[in-house]
Amino acid sequence: MRSLIDVTELSTSELELLVKTALDIIDNPEKYAEMCHGKKLATLFFEPSTRTRLSFEAAMYELGGNVLSVTDAAASSASKGESVADTAKVVSCYADIIAMRHPKEGAAFVAAKNADVPVINAGDGGHCHPTQTLADLLTIYRNKGRFDSLTVGLCGDLKFGRTVHSLINALSRYANMKFVLISPEELKLPRYVKTQSIKQKGIPYEQTTSLEEALPNLDVLYMTRVQRERFFNEEDYLRLKDSYILTPDKMKLAKPDLCVMHPLPRVNEISVAVDKDPRAKYFEQVSNGKYMRMALILMLLGVIGE
Amino acid sequence: MNIDSIKNGVVIDHIMAGKGMQLYDLLNLDSLDASVAIIKNVQSKRLGKKDIIKIDADINLDTDVIGYVDPEATVNVIKNGELVEKKSINLPKTLTNVIKCRNPRCITSTEQELDQVFNLVDEKNKIYRCIYCETQA
Repeated sequence: MRSLIDVTELSTSELELLVKTALDIIDNPEKYAEMCHGKKLATLFFEPSTRTRLSFEAAMYELGGNVLSVTDAAASSASKGESVADTAKVVSCYADIIAMRHPKEGAAFVAAKNADVPVINAGDGGHCHPTQTLADLLTIYRNKGRFDSLTVGLCGDLKFGRTVHSLINALSRYANMKFVLISPEELKLPRYVKTQSIKQKGIPYEQTTSLEEALPNLDVLYMTRVQRERFFNEEDYLRLKDSYILTPDKMKLAKPDLCVMHPLPRVNEISVAVDKDPRAKYFEQVSNGKYMRMALILMLLGVIGE
Repeated sequence: MNIDSIKNGVVIDHIMAGKGMQLYDLLNLDSLDASVAIIKNVQSKRLGKKDIIKIDADINLDTDVIGYVDPEATVNVIKNGELVEKKSINLPKTLTNVIKCRNPRCITSTEQELDQVFNLVDEKNKIYRCIYCETQA
């Protein structure tokens, strides 16, 4: 039984198959409209994330399948003390595939070990969020036409930002990459991510606290939100949340074909005025998430691939 | 300092000085109803200083635990006052229910029936990571 907990479980050829399938879905949606007819996706969300849940549900509906939804842990058996393992076993009896979000790191792994159907990790605390990375990768591919030979800037909360860690991990498998890590001192990329995903692979990188200095050289800029829920301390959050804000003035420093991305939701780190800039791709990134989730559901249900 | 030799039991020798107590705790030797001697800072030609644990009971020790604390330690099994076996100790690939994940956000912090499992991810630097949340041990 194949599940997806971390994006690096996908080989580069599987990733390419997902991208190819997503691009085909974009061009020929009618071809896929009944591919999951009679199949059910259960979305088990133990912490709020409306957009990820809606994206999974939209993906399944567009494949002609149905959705069983648990949106609130308080309304589920978890509040009565049921374990993740038992919940996964029970839901396996009703659904053909499960998308699960849980505040605890490793929860999706436990679910996957116990479920009789594929489990997709829709976010496990600050650990992994592979389908966000798939959305990010499709956005890069649609705008740059490649995954190699890119200078990618990552800005904001690089310490707690799991989407950043996953994206670096996924892109570090391609040739001629360069990373520019833009963050305040307190939110720098953790050393183990830097060592394992960048240094050990001999990938060039720069670390800077200045977004302006980094901007002119970037092909891709990945902005992130300083997330309140990842802090134990409100004071630290308030002090750091406004560290890096992208504005139309700063955009003047960037290449004409820069691709600006953000996993959303944003608070104020990208000014609304930047939305009109054709280089702003963060809303396209949202629809790319749905297409990649469609492709992933097809792969895990065995409709595409081996 | 004199400690009686044991007749039937186990001697864990060549433990890196200072690690004897940690090994005693992780092997749960406090719950053993037998004579146990922890000898600290014994002079050693090979190590300079070493710790030794002598257990006066014929028990099977978890060699993974010993390998995790100190893969250079040696385990001698004594029967009728004679050395009958030297057990080889290696750095274990996986540790199950030996140490606990210290990440408060890990699923094992709330679901305590789950096994605490760590995998060896970097042999050279002896780094273990939790299989659930990947936090370093």
